[in-house]
Amino acid sequence: MFKRLDEGTGEAGHATVQITVNDAVVACRQGDSVAAALFAQGISACRDTAVSQAPRGPFCMMGICYDCLVTIDGKPNQQACMTLARDGMAVRRQHGAREVPA
Amino acid sequence: MISMEQCDLLVVGAGPAGMAAATVAATLGVDTVLLDEQPGPGGQIYRSVTTTPVTNKRILGEDYWHGATLVEPLRQSGARYEPGATVWAVSQKTAADPSGFEVAYSVGGEARILQARQLLLATGAQERPVPVPGWTLPGVITAGAGQILLKSSGLVPSGRMVLAGCGPLLYLVAWQYLNAGARIDALLETTPSGRLAQAMPHAWGFLRSPYLAKGLRLMRAVKAGVRIARGVTALEARGDGQLDSVRYEAGGASHTLAADLLMLHQGVVPNVNLSRAMGMEHVWNERLDCWEPAVDAWGASSVPGAGIAGDGAGIAGALAAEHRGRLAALQVAHSLGRIDTARRDRGAAGPRQALARAVRGREFFDILYRAPKEFLRPAGDTIVCRCEEVTAGQVRETVKLGCTGPNQMKSFLRCGMGPCQGRFCGLTVSEIIADELGKHPREVGYYRLRFPTKPLTLGELASLPQTDESIGAVVRLKK
Repeated sequence: MFKRLDEGTGEAGHATVQITVNDAVVACRQGDSVAAALFAQGISACRDTAVSQAPRGPFCMMGICYDCLVTIDGKPNQQACMTLARDGMAVRRQHGAREVPA
Repeated sequence: MISMEQCDLLVVGAGPAGMAAATVAATLGVDTVLLDEQPGPGGQIYRSVTTTPVTNKRILGEDYWHGATLVEPLRQSGARYEPGATVWAVSQKTAADPSGFEVAYSVGGEARILQARQLLLATGAQERPVPVPGWTLPGVITAGAGQILLKSSGLVPSGRMVLAGCGPLLYLVAWQYLNAGARIDALLETTPSGRLAQAMPHAWGFLRSPYLAKGLRLMRAVKAGVRIARGVTALEARGDGQLDSVRYEAGGASHTLAADLLMLHQGVVPNVNLSRAMGMEHVWNERLDCWEPAVDAWGASSVPGAGIAGDGAGIAGALAAEHRGRLAALQVAHSLGRIDTARRDRGAAGPRQALARAVRGREFFDILYRAPKEFLRPAGDTIVCRCEEVTAGQVRETVKLGCTGPNQMKSFLRCGMGPCQGRFCGLTVSEIIADELGKHPREVGYYRLRFPTKPLTLGELASLPQTDESIGAVVRLKK
């Protein structure tokens, strides 16, 4: 779906960051948003909608469409495109609406 | 920690308009704060300009790298720049002290309040919604989103990729992908035939535009490197839970292309959520089919003390935004008494001249790339409101039941009431209602937008600093 530009074409070396996506380890780069990390890994769907449980993924990449909502470190409804990937971050697909703990 | 509680001027948004405005204002001695949602300055047009991994300057092009020239002056200006900050509410301070604003914003999930004597929105543009069948499928993104992935993370499409729609950005993205050696399977151009003829009477301005030669070079490169289908209609993204193909009609025949990625674009429109929630007057732009805040030549809006600069005040492009930012800042410095009228007007001469040059030829583009009606006024099962999954057919049926406007439509269908707050359905819902009623979108109006203009949690709200007065207002029992 997406790939990194090859080193030879001008991409500077960037530090590697490791996150997990649904428990699978994903290597990404310092400066990647969570949404960019998902795309680089070939993942285009990150949630199922609250209305019809249809799969959705990041769409606008600028924080306005709210289609990239995921659960990050146990916190639901996080915008994957507005959150920078940090080492050890646990990202999970969000199924439907967020659950509010009792 | 720097004190962020008060300032003379709050600028919202660190794109070209916001960066230039904050720089000029701070340099003139105005105590300026610049809040921006992204982790670094640049806005969307110069996104990640200080951090992009795409260091080969040929790939993104010189117009992108121009953005870097705005960053250093900002850093040296003394303006207090805070990244990762989302503004979600603005109110006039009090009835007794109507000069100035109280602005609520969040950083890292924690809410804060800032008092500003004057406010300048530099909140820019967003891509126009492109409601076609299947546009909610994973694998379908906007062309702007693709460009952000390139700028911020050095990501280019792999697999089968289709670009579809119209507008300068579509060609710019194609050019940048070609420069990066990325694959583009097809560019589906939706500009109707005959548009060039309509645009020709405005070609004189375009011919004198300093960007003509650059633009033509770019178009030539794209035409040479990409398979282009013209006069595309009935565009459709298809797939079961994931995009697998793109269907369209062109030249009287139906075509299907296998695709892993589809990037849509139909131009950009002002981001009106903050300006509308603040109660600023908006006018309909007939040529660009969108609302824009009513502003004067200095960017002042109908709300005293609040201005707008850049594409948020009407689409004119990145260079124009920069100059509009400078003009707005001069006016702020003048109204705060930092400079006299003569100095303001002397300072404005350069930016005004540059602005006139930057917008030369825009009529030609605006007419040539005006979004075709089928994208403005969809029908049938096409989803219009992505958040609440409301279709064009439902909106049309509800008008037939007697619904007269977009606000009533919310009560019927919940369209515009999801987390995006109408950003990706507002224009479409107004257009469809206008279509069904045989009225102009101006008469139909737009959603009434309210604060908070971005969703926030109760925990975030509770983290707001409390004054004795606000605690006293809700605490009944006192010792």
